[in-house]
Amino acid sequence: MSETAKPHHPVPPGKGEKTHDSDFSYVGIDAILEQMRRKAMKQGFELNIMVVGQSGLGKSTLMNTLFKSKVSRKSVQPVPEERIPKTVEIKSISHDIEEKGVRMKLTVIDTPGFGDQINNENCWQPIMKFINDQYETYLQEEINIDRKKRIPDSRVHCCIYFIPPTGHCLRPLDVEFMSRLSKVVNIVPVIAKADTLTLEERDHFKQTIRGELRANGVDVYPQKEFDEDAEDRVINDKIREMIPFAVVGSDQEYQVNGKRILGRKTKWGTIEVENIAHCEFAYLRDLLIRTHMQNIKDITGSIHYETYRVRRLNESNTHFTSHQTTFTIRKQQTERGCEFAAPQ
Amino acid sequence: MASTEIARQAGEGARAVPLSGHVGFDSMPDQLVNKSVNHGFCFNILCVGETGMGKSTLMDTLFNTKFEGEPTQHNQPGVTLKSNTYELQESNVRLKLTVVNTVGFGDQINKEDSYKSIVEFIDAQFEAYLQEELKIKRTLHSYHDTRIHACLYFIAPTGHSLKSLDLVTMKKLDSKVNIIPIIAKSDAISKSELAKFKIKITSELVSNGVQIYQFPTDDESVAEINSSMNSHLPFAVVGSTEEVKLGNKMVKARQYPWGTVQVENENHCDFVKLREMLIRVNMEDLREQTHTRHYELYRRCKLEEMGFKDTDPDSKPFSLQETYEAKRNEFMGELQKKEEEMRQMFVQRVKEKEAELKEAEKELHEKFDRLKKLHQDEKKKLEEKKKSLDDELNMFKQKKTAAELLQNQAQQAGGSSTLKRDKERKNNPWLCTE
Repeated sequence: MSETAKPHHPVPPGKGEKTHDSDFSYVGIDAILEQMRRKAMKQGFELNIMVVGQSGLGKSTLMNTLFKSKVSRKSVQPVPEERIPKTVEIKSISHDIEEKGVRMKLTVIDTPGFGDQINNENCWQPIMKFINDQYETYLQEEINIDRKKRIPDSRVHCCIYFIPPTGHCLRPLDVEFMSRLSKVVNIVPVIAKADTLTLEERDHFKQTIRGELRANGVDVYPQKEFDEDAEDRVINDKIREMIPFAVVGSDQEYQVNGKRILGRKTKWGTIEVENIAHCEFAYLRDLLIRTHMQNIKDITGSIHYETYRVRRLNESNTHFTSHQTTFTIRKQQTERGCEFAAPQ
Repeated sequence: MASTEIARQAGEGARAVPLSGHVGFDSMPDQLVNKSVNHGFCFNILCVGETGMGKSTLMDTLFNTKFEGEPTQHNQPGVTLKSNTYELQESNVRLKLTVVNTVGFGDQINKEDSYKSIVEFIDAQFEAYLQEELKIKRTLHSYHDTRIHACLYFIAPTGHSLKSLDLVTMKKLDSKVNIIPIIAKSDAISKSELAKFKIKITSELVSNGVQIYQFPTDDESVAEINSSMNSHLPFAVVGSTEEVKLGNKMVKARQYPWGTVQVENENHCDFVKLREMLIRVNMEDLREQTHTRHYELYRRCKLEEMGFKDTDPDSKPFSLQETYEAKRNEFMGELQKKEEEMRQMFVQRVKEKEAELKEAEKELHEKFDRLKKLHQDEKKKLEEKKKSLDDELNMFKQKKTAAELLQNQAQQAGGSSTLKRDKERKNNPWLCTE
């Protein structure tokens, strides 16, 4: 009924220059960017971040620092006393934040109890289950017949893993966790409480960590295989040189040089959180929020989620493509065909 | 061993939290836009209208290029759809534009089935997308979306009312695609007639329940312009790719002896409005409506048709998987039954054939026996005859030898017996010849 020609590049008379007064050459296709922007602003964005690490590494503080507001679990639930839970719990809290007209629904998923027991075997299991449950919910909604206009996205986009600043090497728990979870979610490892390391110790620690990750085949964000083009690769290589970021978190402001900035005040000086000479918090924030947020969500949606979906659909043995059904039938026919060849 | 305790706080109604500093996620729309720019956009327009309405010319004018193709003839036997894909680029935006033309629409004597090929085409695009979405290993991210985002319906400029073909076609298409009706070749209608024509058209559409695409008015930045444009529907357009010198500028226009119709002059025609609405303001909304409304409707109907339901009669949610399993088993069962049947039939036929062959064999044997018998009979007869002949021959020989013997004896006693014989002969009255 219809025929499609190959994409054809027509020769436009005087195209390419965007001049508004002479409407001859300007069609207005690039107005779609503005339209998309408007639509995005109206819809708002969603971001789900998970923080994983032993207690006392400053996870909640870092979250508060990243989003410049009290988004951590501790700020929401007034906890009478600090107690370490007996099992790994998953607590997720959502916040609506807005900046310059851009609305975002931020969900912070905290994992108190991770790595805190004496026997930490399989402490990653509840976390993996949670992540897979989110994928499952999304999948169920997607294969519904009557489905919502916008499927609520509760999939974990990014998991920040806190490495204790020992200065030596990764612990077996760290390696185990990261190697398992890097397959289902984007992992961003950070060195917590980095103000206990000198710059040389920091560099040495980072190199060791990078080496160990490579040796164990752990691909943390930004993954090498998902670089789209040369430009991406250049940018991402620079980032890969710096991970894991050595961060310091703080939600208290101090006066330094006449300015009020976030920092940690000690007897020997004030550590400025956003000063890149002091710690790499700014790089982490830029990576997560200012430059790569969309990319993180895309990788979660188009790669991790699709991997989960393929596995799930295959294991429940439902064949959506009719090819496979006809293939099995034909195979059976040819097997039985030989019996008919020689009638008695 | 660790176990989970998932506590979800304020899931739906998340708390609003004020920010005490600049976080930086206001760059999110930019990130999104950048990603889309790298990815490219695609837009698919379907032009429905009778031959000679100026569809191709309007497309050329809208996108300011010369798309290929010559005008079609009027003698098409049925309605076919021809689609062409073009890659346009403006500043840094790459657009994959697909223009689908209806060839032969309105040219047949019996136009009852004209709309069917259009509906089939639109459904085929939805189906292709649905298939891709249902695949196990899918690449939705890089899928070339061919679903029709906008349908420009070209109304002939009669000045009176809509043709019944128009009404029927638009009614069939309004739930499948965003319809934007336009009055083609509107330089044939005068201004006063045009106003009346537009009113007539809109009232006919409303009274027949045809839902045409309304420009969205929920976003404040475009609500005003969209609502004012909504009142100008259907747009009366004129298309032209020829340029005419007017004053000191070259404008796109159609030149007549009595004047020049400028395409981009808002007093002359609504082309600028159409371009504004279709491309510059609502392209994204058209794409979204296609995806969230028309495609979802198609998907729902298609899946329900295949027998999938979200809840069974007891209102317990069916999982798609269970339904698939059940259906698959049913299907396999049917296939097996069919196979069995075919097998039975085959075996039967073989038996019948065998019986036939046996019959034939038997017959042949009988015939052979009969012939053999005949042959033997014949042989016997012949032998008898031969025997009797031999007997006769022997007897004859005997007689011959006896006769010869007698003759010899007679000759020996011939001298004496000749006289006797003569005397006998003389005495024999009978032998006397005197």
